[in-house]
Amino acid sequence: MRFMVMVKSDENSEAGVMPSEADLTAMGRYNEELVKAGVLLAGEGLHPSSKGARVKFADGRPTVIDGPFTEAKELVAGFWLIEVKSKDEAVEWVKRAPCMDGSAVEIRQVFEADDFGEQFTPELRERADALRATSEGK
Amino acid sequence: METHRAIDAVWRIESARLIAGLTRMVHDVGLAEELAQDALVAALEQWPESGVPDNPGAWLMAIAKRRAIDQFRRRETLNRKVEEIGRDLETQEGPSAEPDFDAIDSNISDDLLRLVFISCHPVLSTEARVALTLRLLGGLTTDEIARAFLTPETTIAQRIVRAKKTLAQKKIPFEVPSASELGERLASVLEVVYLVFNEGYSATGGEDWMRPALCEDAMRLGRMLAELVPKEPEAHGLIALMEIQASRARARTAKDGTPVLLNDQDRARWDQLLIRRGLAALDRAAELAQPMGPYVLQASIAACHAVAKTPEDTDWPRIAALYARLVQLVPSPVIELNRAVAMSMAFGPGAGLEIVDELTDVPSLKNYHLLPSVRGDLLAKLGRAEEARAEFERAAALTRNERERALLLKRAAE
Repeated sequence: MRFMVMVKSDENSEAGVMPSEADLTAMGRYNEELVKAGVLLAGEGLHPSSKGARVKFADGRPTVIDGPFTEAKELVAGFWLIEVKSKDEAVEWVKRAPCMDGSAVEIRQVFEADDFGEQFTPELRERADALRATSEGK
Repeated sequence: METHRAIDAVWRIESARLIAGLTRMVHDVGLAEELAQDALVAALEQWPESGVPDNPGAWLMAIAKRRAIDQFRRRETLNRKVEEIGRDLETQEGPSAEPDFDAIDSNISDDLLRLVFISCHPVLSTEARVALTLRLLGGLTTDEIARAFLTPETTIAQRIVRAKKTLAQKKIPFEVPSASELGERLASVLEVVYLVFNEGYSATGGEDWMRPALCEDAMRLGRMLAELVPKEPEAHGLIALMEIQASRARARTAKDGTPVLLNDQDRARWDQLLIRRGLAALDRAAELAQPMGPYVLQASIAACHAVAKTPEDTDWPRIAALYARLVQLVPSPVIELNRAVAMSMAFGPGAGLEIVDELTDVPSLKNYHLLPSVRGDLLAKLGRAEEARAEFERAAALTRNERERALLLKRAAE
């Protein structure tokens, strides 16, 4: 199973404040642990939202808004993509991340091919939908 | 219970290191695993109340060490062992009556590597190595291993018990092989990991999910291994091969479960992240500037396909050259047959047929349906229709797969 692990921004990351030498070392060591354990697929840091943009879609048209954006804690400052056996394992790994005081980390499972129900034939899908409709009392 | 799931997760993360460190202390893999299991039991008893500790690995190790010390002080057979170890330690490290539990923890990576090599020791059968590796390094339960390999749990359990006994009886040392043996011993490790991968890769959806999950288990072990022996190009070659093969997982079966050949696959469904990782692993191997070994070669062949946007973009001459090098290292007629196919794609059917004609009398290929199938294809391309038909019919008779037989008979009729 793959999980996207998103480190939420805070005032410091949004202000472009670089982490201390000690923090960088600690982070480096943590990343190394993920690599050595064979669970890290990808991981990157993101520039502050001042360098980014948003595209909103409404009335059939996209609108572009340049950063920065307020509400730092809703923004993503960095991510890891990890491959583990369960959400619990993802949580265990995230609990070990250093330098997270005051930040929040969100863990989301990545869709795999099977999740899209590609094994479903149209007939099976119909039956499943019907079953769901019945149990929802529609 | 959610704490149980958290404990399972901690076990998956910590068990290999725990067992590795304990094996170094008590000089016996079987005993080390027992002690680790004792620690797990303690965790299952205490953590639901106290919560998962901040440093779960250290907690488990502390419990395991305490149990080990208790046991050594009580049991007589173990005291005899202590004497033996004491003697060994005397010759190695100076007078000491007990294993040194307070020794500064050696580099855990060294211990993990020792555990890898002992689990894959050639004195054990391949099946035993697979089971032991998945257990000690993969953190899989006996039940999970049994389900993954469609084998009764008792069989796997016995296999593991016997493997540990063999290692103890033959006094297999807990060490990294010397430089002169390393290549061969590493090959036996890579073989185990790739075997696990192939078992998972060959599993079809709809089976027990433990089976395709074996691919992930194998890749995790392969990635760990590449970090443990980063100077070994074949370790990078193996993980490159697995990641590139796995990159095709979403494209290789049709909706009804039939396999889709490489050239027919929808390449938009290939996992580019895995391809990129596989290519990066191959780069690491290349940087080590050593002659290409079998896994690096196989991975390089897979990479040729992976970087081709369409089948027509495939660098067949390069694939043919790689197969030529591979068959020199691994003189297998099946590899030679693959080389023939690559040669025909690169230089025309005649070039391929030359090679295939050399293989027609090879005994091990006598019942291999792909031989006449390939020969038929090449003959057809050369306009030798009658001979092609005969080959397709021969191939159809040899294959047990209904769908393939139908396809081959269809080609015979053309």
